[in-house]
Amino acid sequence: MDRKIKVVIAKLGLDIHWRGVYLVAQYLKEAGMDVVYLGNKFPAEIVEAAIEEDADVVGLSSLCGNHLALGPMVVDMLKEKGLNNVKVFLGGVIPLDHAKRLEGIYGIHRVYLPETPMQTIVDEISESVRDAA
Amino acid sequence: MQSIDQLIEGSLKGEKLSTSRLISLVERGNKHAPYVLEKIFPHSGEAYYIGVTGPPGAGKSTAVDRLIARLCKNNFSVGVIAVDPSSPFTGGALLGDRVRMHVKHDKMDVFIRSMGSDRVMGGLSRTTKEASRILDASGKQVIIVETVGVGQSELDIAEATDTVIVILTPESGDSIQIMKAGLMEIADIFVVNKADRPGAKDISLSIQGMLDRSLRKRDWTPPIFLTTASLNKGIDELYEGIWSHSRYLQQDSMLEKRRRTQFKLELRNRIESEFSHILWQDIIEEKNIDNLVQEIWARKIDPQNAARRIMGELIEELPGWLQRGG
Ligand SMILES: Nc1nc2c(ncn2[C@@H]2O[C@H](COP(=O)(O)OP(=O)(O)OP(=O)(O)O)[C@@H](O)[C@H]2O)c(=O)[nH]1
Ligand SMILES: [Mg+2]
Repeated sequence: MDRKIKVVIAKLGLDIHWRGVYLVAQYLKEAGMDVVYLGNKFPAEIVEAAIEEDADVVGLSSLCGNHLALGPMVVDMLKEKGLNNVKVFLGGVIPLDHAKRLEGIYGIHRVYLPETPMQTIVDEISESVRDAA
Repeated sequence: MQSIDQLIEGSLKGEKLSTSRLISLVERGNKHAPYVLEKIFPHSGEAYYIGVTGPPGAGKSTAVDRLIARLCKNNFSVGVIAVDPSSPFTGGALLGDRVRMHVKHDKMDVFIRSMGSDRVMGGLSRTTKEASRILDASGKQVIIVETVGVGQSELDIAEATDTVIVILTPESGDSIQIMKAGLMEIADIFVVNKADRPGAKDISLSIQGMLDRSLRKRDWTPPIFLTTASLNKGIDELYEGIWSHSRYLQQDSMLEKRRRTQFKLELRNRIESEFSHILWQDIIEEKNIDNLVQEIWARKIDPQNAARRIMGELIEELPGWLQRGG
């Protein structure tokens, strides 16, 4: 694929931890992607941004325990708006069984726990966009 | 996947997803881009274009956010193109302008698009122009273009908008730096933002001094507004200032003149870039260049005359080349 990948990244809701997600954003930029960083936003605004930016991928960060509520909401609202090809990635401090559920019935494409190597994130995002094309 | 015509039709009706896809097509220089631009162009030209530029971190996005709210309060629909620099090494970009922007989409008719400065097949001004035309044609009444004012981009913004707002802060340094950055020439309106910090009055006085001393004859003297965008202070005055510049441009067909000049410039740029594209893609062969480099290296010819030799051969070959249809 020769075109740039566009990623919309947000911290879910009122999450105030920022280092992790900002580092990921930086890393994706270094990997040649266009990364639209939203800061703290709620699902409706995140989805609106994904529409306006024509995002390939939405990345969410959640460290304050709202992932089970807000993560799936983003997935559902994207579908509602007709963005069926947009994959949602979620990173944060998340119990393993929650991660499994999010990747399973809740339709999050991939959940990343804190120790995930950056390169893995880059590779899997690129791969998911290639597959969707 | 929707057809291009469906996307165009959708966008002209104001559908966001279609509009967004069209912008991607022109951004990426997709083969359908010329067709898209041809179809939407007749529907553009109604919107009013505002440029916002200034040094990094001056509060441009914060001010744009406040202006959006102010415009929506008066029932304007708003399109925003927010440009941030791309990495020259990887081509990637971290586009952070939306962090400051908070739009209530159920109440406000707003479309914001972020763009990396190298996202562009033909220069920053070209892609921002094309994208803003798509927003214009989709029915947005006011288009705001935000770019960082370093290097050449601030000049581009004057070529793409009707009113240019230059945003500075008490930290923006002395007047010489501002002059050097080329910001004096393009500003229709000055804003000294972060007026909550010390030194705002000083910088506004020094801008005033520069304007007074400037030898350029002006019919319009750029006003200077003090704002604290983060606290929504001074935004009403700025808003009025924009419209008073707009009213000024309505006299003596000045808006029309400004836009005609912009078209002329755009046309020149496009001819040049089409031409150089043909030149490098279709006409000049890499091996001829390499041969010449060899001769230059051997000091048999100097670069200037080498270029002229190529041009000479080109001009001889061009008629035949055009007749064959490229
Ligand atoms: N003290 C103060 N801070 C402000 C004001 N306006 C904006 N800021 C802050 O300045 C910082 C930069 O604001 P932005 O709006 O992102 O500035 P920008 O010019 O768009 O920045 P770039 O797009 O990165 O060049 C943020 O932390 C804002 O909260 C103001 O009036 N006073
Ligand atoms: Mg900004």
